Amino acid sequence: MSAITEIGLPAAPAGKARGYWTTVGRRIMRDKVSMACAAVLVAIFVAALLAPWLGLADPYQGSMIRRLRHIATPGYPLGTDELGRDMLSRLIYGGRLSLVVGILPVILAFVIGTSLGLVAGYIGGWINTAIMRTVDVFYAFPSVLLAIAISGALGAGITNSIVSLTIVFVPQITRVAESVTTGVRNMDFVEAARASGAGPLTIMRVHMLGNVLGPIFVYATGLISVSMILAAGLSFLGLGTKPPEPEWGLMLNTLRTAIYVNPWVAALPGVMIFAVSIGFNLLSDGMRSAMDIRN
Amino acid sequence: MNQTAAPVEMLRPVEDVGGVAQPLLQVTGLTKHFPVRGELFSARKTVRAVDDVSFSIAKGETVGIVGESGCGKSTTARLLMHLMKRDAGDIIYDGMGVGRALSLRELRRGMQMVFQDSYASLNPRLTIEQSIAFGPKVHGMADAAARTLARELLGKVGLRPEVFANRYPHEISGGQRQRVNIARALALSPRLVILDEAVSALDKSVEAQVLNLLVDLKREFGLTYLFISHDLNVVRYISDRVLVMYLGEVVELGPVDRVWDAPAHPYTRALLAAMPSSDPDHRTQTPPISGDPPNPIDPPKGCRFHTRCPFAEPLCANATPKLTALDTMGHQAACYMAIPGSGHSRAPTGKAVEGANAI
Repeated sequence: MSAITEIGLPAAPAGKARGYWTTVGRRIMRDKVSMACAAVLVAIFVAALLAPWLGLADPYQGSMIRRLRHIATPGYPLGTDELGRDMLSRLIYGGRLSLVVGILPVILAFVIGTSLGLVAGYIGGWINTAIMRTVDVFYAFPSVLLAIAISGALGAGITNSIVSLTIVFVPQITRVAESVTTGVRNMDFVEAARASGAGPLTIMRVHMLGNVLGPIFVYATGLISVSMILAAGLSFLGLGTKPPEPEWGLMLNTLRTAIYVNPWVAALPGVMIFAVSIGFNLLSDGMRSAMDIRN
Repeated sequence: MNQTAAPVEMLRPVEDVGGVAQPLLQVTGLTKHFPVRGELFSARKTVRAVDDVSFSIAKGETVGIVGESGCGKSTTARLLMHLMKRDAGDIIYDGMGVGRALSLRELRRGMQMVFQDSYASLNPRLTIEQSIAFGPKVHGMADAAARTLARELLGKVGLRPEVFANRYPHEISGGQRQRVNIARALALSPRLVILDEAVSALDKSVEAQVLNLLVDLKREFGLTYLFISHDLNVVRYISDRVLVMYLGEVVELGPVDRVWDAPAHPYTRALLAAMPSSDPDHRTQTPPISGDPPNPIDPPKGCRFHTRCPFAEPLCANATPKLTALDTMGHQAACYMAIPGSGHSRAPTGKAVEGANAI
């Protein structure tokens, strides 16, 4: 056997079995940008979650004499809105609804769309045609119009707007998942897995999922900001959140009238949406490069 | 690593039912045509990737398949592995028809394949140990036992398990990856291993190491190889018998020495003449054959080689020569020049060799 032993190899540390996700986790920890984004997002999440225990002003309590105060007014660190309600309190409370309508539809669409795309891409044939042509039908409508149409049909309310946003995002994620899956399924290692006698479900779970999740994940996180803005649009039309419920999109819409009086305060809900969107976008970018362990 | 631990558990190989005389693999009339989408309203065309290919592989032997790219070598391999549905033909494994006496799942254990692209054939998300252990786990082996087996096999293919087991495919060299692929194939205790251009993408020195490894493993595990390559030197080195393919058909078949010493088909002769010689006194002066292989969508009528054959006669364009035995050692060729009394001006006179038709 001496003829076939490898020579001149640097000895790698004889580490313990490290799983794929452990490696990815370690790589993302070293990425400063991703970690900063994660910190901002965690702060916004925790604040929204713990809002009632933070000793904030009542987000529903308005006052006609204290309307549209500027940022850094004593007692109102971020000013007040067009009905004299404390902006800091409303922004933090608003995170509760905004994050839910921003993230939940994307998570639901991610699960449904990835499953559909994986099945369509892996099995191919008429199943692929059936799934993908159905998806194409949804593409015929602009996503805003589709969300409004579905929400209108289902009736106003948070749950219904989450459902309608999910339906809007499923086709997009399905299409991305299908194209990535088609690319991976033709690789030799999938053939090799079939040659070892594994069934389609095992192959999809062990060999496909890890290789297709990355791009889909990045695409889906980009949809979170879209989701929050669409939800804001629905609220504006009276199909989503209803006043006086604090929600960033709705706040942005109602404060729009005050943009000449107090532009900085009027921009604050937008700043929050922007911070969350860019946070998710950069984090997903970092995730993608961390998941691509070849580099 | 040399502690005498508990014996490594291996999957039980598919039982040898036929005995020594029964070929391990018998292929008859294997055919695969790919439909090609033609222009609108034009007739539907097909690529005849593999057309009526028949051969057998005896237990313990190494059969080589050679031919230009696009001649159907890899399609044949995929058909044998049942990774692709065949249009016609029978594949008999050790006397058992697949899907009848032998389930597809069992066949997968009895027959494994090593792919050409060592990188694409390993999942980039799995460590080497996980990749090798996957197959045995699919066939019901416990995770711990499968991992132990994977490490054992890594040692067998010349990679120290403590160094390589937890690495990812992109962290090792091409030669090392191909060793991993071999270990992955061996993990299911196959009796037949199909090597589809398994060493073609490697450097010459690494190629030689892997070839020697294959020879060693064959002896140690009692394997049978189907070795597909376009490299004639490699095929000659490793094979007992060789099968020459041209445009989806077998044109010559026989013991490697017979085919090399007395090639009967002009295509085989051209292939052998095209081999670069290391002797400057024996330079190849004239190109052995000219032109590209014809489009397999529209293969020539009659003998498929007649468009490039220097000896083609009207007969060759009109009728298709069948594989015909040339001697009693299993040397066969599909060429009218080799078939006695075929009507070709260069055909040998006299009767066919007595009893030569036994494969």
